[in-house]
Amino acid sequence: MSRQRKGEVSKQDQPDQNRRDFLKKSAATAVATVAPGVVLHTAQATPRNEPVTDKVRWGMMIDTSKCADGCNECVEACNEENGLTAYSMPEGADESTWDQQRPKWIRTVKVQDNLTGHVTNLPMMCQHCEHPPCQDVCPTGASFRRADGIVMVDRHTCIGCRYCMMACPYKARSFIHENVDIKPSLAPRGKGCVESCNFCVHRLDNGQTTTACQDACPEKAIIFGDLNDPNSEVSQALASYPTVQIRADLKLNTGVRYSGV
Amino acid sequence: MSYRIKLKGLALVVLAMVMSIASVSQAGPNWRETTNSKAAESARSGGQCVRETQWMRNNHMVLLKKDRDFTVHEGIRTVDGSLSECVACHSNTENGKHVPVNAMEGPDGKQFCASCHAFTGVKLNCFQCHAAVPTE
Repeated sequence: MSRQRKGEVSKQDQPDQNRRDFLKKSAATAVATVAPGVVLHTAQATPRNEPVTDKVRWGMMIDTSKCADGCNECVEACNEENGLTAYSMPEGADESTWDQQRPKWIRTVKVQDNLTGHVTNLPMMCQHCEHPPCQDVCPTGASFRRADGIVMVDRHTCIGCRYCMMACPYKARSFIHENVDIKPSLAPRGKGCVESCNFCVHRLDNGQTTTACQDACPEKAIIFGDLNDPNSEVSQALASYPTVQIRADLKLNTGVRYSGV
Repeated sequence: MSYRIKLKGLALVVLAMVMSIASVSQAGPNWRETTNSKAAESARSGGQCVRETQWMRNNHMVLLKKDRDFTVHEGIRTVDGSLSECVACHSNTENGKHVPVNAMEGPDGKQFCASCHAFTGVKLNCFQCHAAVPTE
């Protein structure tokens, strides 16, 4: 624990420290064995105990030329990882309304060039801007940008006003309209808060370096990593291929870049 | 006049002290002895929570709130006041299933969180979003 509160007993003085350590270690082992065949970077899989810094800026490159029409793998993996599958249509709701209002962290977008007829499919999620409009408009400070570049919602302070949903140029945020029965431990959620992609922050904080969508992509179209490290895979790829920011005119310096758009 | 105000103030202080003692002593059964949660097991063999029991009774909300901000804003996951660890340790099992920590009924009546919060009338907001039973 990096922060010791004044006048409090040190955690190391506690008699059941061994048991807690044991539980943590066995939990880490359990994570590693949950999904065989998936590389989990177990060597670094320890929970974070230092505050995040701006030495790292997490970012993503998406090669849309590899995105097949109708492919939904990244969306499904995201829904599974972040518990969005546990959230079903309320009884008696209108299906089209539900489809518009259901929480989506990744949307699949189809763009057509009307002059040439060329169609591009791309996954659209929170772009993790350096200057996020959602943060600018948030009246409570719930919408914030973490030091390592991840734009998140602190649901503890979110009042559900949805200004951020209006401000986001990428339509990346969702609102939870109904009570949620199943509460996933990785992404706790309840009625009345806004949420969006957080680059699988629970994975990053626990020492992994991949996101669920990246792991699920059959074409390896999504490359995730540290934009500040010139040797990272994502930095190398961004240096090698031409990429664009969506709505670059807004000068938000997005953390997600697309090639082939 | 000022003497009366002082007397009133003193009476209020005494009342507050009596109430705080009463709330702790009437806060429910002694969880150290009677339940099958991991916390009770640990307490029977001389273990204790992440702080002293009395400190936790008075200040657990401070710990939870601070560590909540450490986790959400700074990404620190190895905090003492991790709600999921509270739940993992303090939930009882009945017929092989975990009972929610905020349930009003279960083994030995009101469950861990409910036993005090029902008595003091302090509304508990954690479990609108967070799981009240241990999750893997």
